[in-house]
Amino acid sequence: MSRLEARFKALKTEGRGGFVPFLTSCDPDPATFAALLAGLPGAGADIIEVGVPFTDPAADGPSIQAGGLRALKAGASLRKTLGLIADFRKQDQMTPIVLMGYFNPIYRMGCAAFAEAAAAAGVDGLITVDLPPEEEAELREPIQAVGIDIVRLIAPTTDDVRLPKVLKHASGFIYYVSIAGITGTRTPSLDSIAAAAARLRRHTDLPLAVGFGIRTLELAGSVSRVADAAVVGSAIVERIASNLDADGKARPGLVEDVLALARTMSDAVRAKA
Amino acid sequence: MNPVGANSFRGGPDEYGRFGLFGGRYVAETLMPLILEVEKAYYAARQDPEFQRQMDYYLAHYVGRPSPLYFAERLTRHLGGAKIYFKRDELNHTGSHKANNVLGQVLLAKRMGKTRIIAETGAGQHGVATATFCALFDLPCVVYMGATDVARQAPNVARMKLLGAEVRPVTSGAQTLKDAMNEGLRDWVANVHDTYYVIGTAAGPHPYPEMVRDFQSVIGREAREQMMAAEGRLPDSLVACIGGGSNAIGLFHPFLDEPSVAMYGVEAAGRGVETGEHAAAIGGGSPGVLHGNRTYLLQDDDGQILEAHSISAGLDYPGIGPEHSWLADQGRVNYVNATDDQALAAFQLCATLEGIIPALEPAHALAFLIRWAGDLPADHLVIMNMCGRGDKDVYAVAERLGIKT
Repeated sequence: MSRLEARFKALKTEGRGGFVPFLTSCDPDPATFAALLAGLPGAGADIIEVGVPFTDPAADGPSIQAGGLRALKAGASLRKTLGLIADFRKQDQMTPIVLMGYFNPIYRMGCAAFAEAAAAAGVDGLITVDLPPEEEAELREPIQAVGIDIVRLIAPTTDDVRLPKVLKHASGFIYYVSIAGITGTRTPSLDSIAAAAARLRRHTDLPLAVGFGIRTLELAGSVSRVADAAVVGSAIVERIASNLDADGKARPGLVEDVLALARTMSDAVRAKA
Repeated sequence: MNPVGANSFRGGPDEYGRFGLFGGRYVAETLMPLILEVEKAYYAARQDPEFQRQMDYYLAHYVGRPSPLYFAERLTRHLGGAKIYFKRDELNHTGSHKANNVLGQVLLAKRMGKTRIIAETGAGQHGVATATFCALFDLPCVVYMGATDVARQAPNVARMKLLGAEVRPVTSGAQTLKDAMNEGLRDWVANVHDTYYVIGTAAGPHPYPEMVRDFQSVIGREAREQMMAAEGRLPDSLVACIGGGSNAIGLFHPFLDEPSVAMYGVEAAGRGVETGEHAAAIGGGSPGVLHGNRTYLLQDDDGQILEAHSISAGLDYPGIGPEHSWLADQGRVNYVNATDDQALAAFQLCATLEGIIPALEPAHALAFLIRWAGDLPADHLVIMNMCGRGDKDVYAVAERLGIKT
């Protein structure tokens, strides 16, 4: 059983939704990122999403764009990211890690070489934002061959005619983009998420995570009750930004403060309605 | 004209929007349904005589087509080689070839029932053309423009504002065309329900490269007829500058299946391709995926996109349209380049010899002509696409040359 499958099964047994924090690899620097990654499972993260920085993140809002730029300045790369995940895996063999990024760094490394390296590092799932099913074939085969799940984004604009195409080859879980927009810029209504969850469940048995606009404790808590997991990205990345000095360097206490936020989020997700 | 067949260079893209390895639709899922809708709407419009009638009407009476094919006699004598013609697309309304494409896309947006238009712009020529047609067709218009370009192309910023468009300066990255395109895509993702994105060059996700090429191919079709009328035969060579490559593909495409016609696409070499500070995607890049398509790109070993550099804001882009990438790999079109300094020299020469102030973009094509045409025989016929006029560049060039005003 894959780590993702095992984790969603355990969540079901516990009768609660999962908390999925997002970190940008190497934001604000590799060592701080590694400390955050190592601390998140203890702060209640059920799954961790790791963003691979890209110079041109066309689907990301200002907070995650800024995090990506900080990371690139600090020496982030796809190889470096996989190395840091491999380090994490030495301590933690249970918490699933899902990579989220854009296709060009993967394409540049080579799809087969990337798949081998990601599997060796202990990556469990992959979200490639700008690779719709129509363009995915060259990456899909090597990724499936190494047993990494292909996690598909589904948008409010994905209609019932298109949905089967998007769900085909999806595994691990599906990720519902709760707003038509870029990350962290709008807040969806719980009703719209609940309606989308009901629609998606008519088409698939895969677990359902919801993200892109989940900023508040309240929404994270309620989303985790209508879906199987809530992804929180911009709010965490903004907390990192608020702990930087004027030169963009991490201030003492950054890691503790960000993990404390993660803890309150995960508490909200675990609270009974 | 030769029919399009299996061995044609004019048959692309395929049903997936690919030209060989290049092209495609690399966009976020939120945009994918809309991209498919644009494709469907464009293919329907292309077949609709009423759409064609509207295009023809506005191209003739508003844009001012056909643009002249002009024998550049003094430049020809000065260089002492090939016989040089300019295709005068700088005489179009709005001052460049961009009007050909924007007209088509704005008519398409109206057919699709879209009520808001967005665009990216580099030099501002595409932004001005988009603002113009939005005024004419009464549509609200937002233009994203890198803050660096807002500063170096101030006359076009003023024009867009006068035309009623909102210009949003983009401060991410190098604050040029690439970053403006990222913001355009972000706006579109957030406003898919009512917004149409008018992409200005023959790049981006399918169907844009094909659609923009089709709208710009009026340049090559006219040039062909005009050359037959002037000389009774086809030209021997075509020359055009390339940023994304819409003016070049517009001139080249109708001639691609004529083996006797050689073609030269001139990329911007900035301070020199060997310095790394340039915008020559084919001359100094490698295949990658950006802004919805696979194409030649400037990138590092990690697949991060490198900043382009060019004195010309319209060529200052790290990618190129996918059909050009394919034509380069096929060896059908020659991709060459010209530096900032060579373009500036060509700009001045054209102004004093021909009384035409070119935009800095076609000044790159002129720079190639200047170093290449002199060695050719006098019966070698060349068409260079004078795709834009230099009014927008006058102050920036005067400042760089130290001309007192």
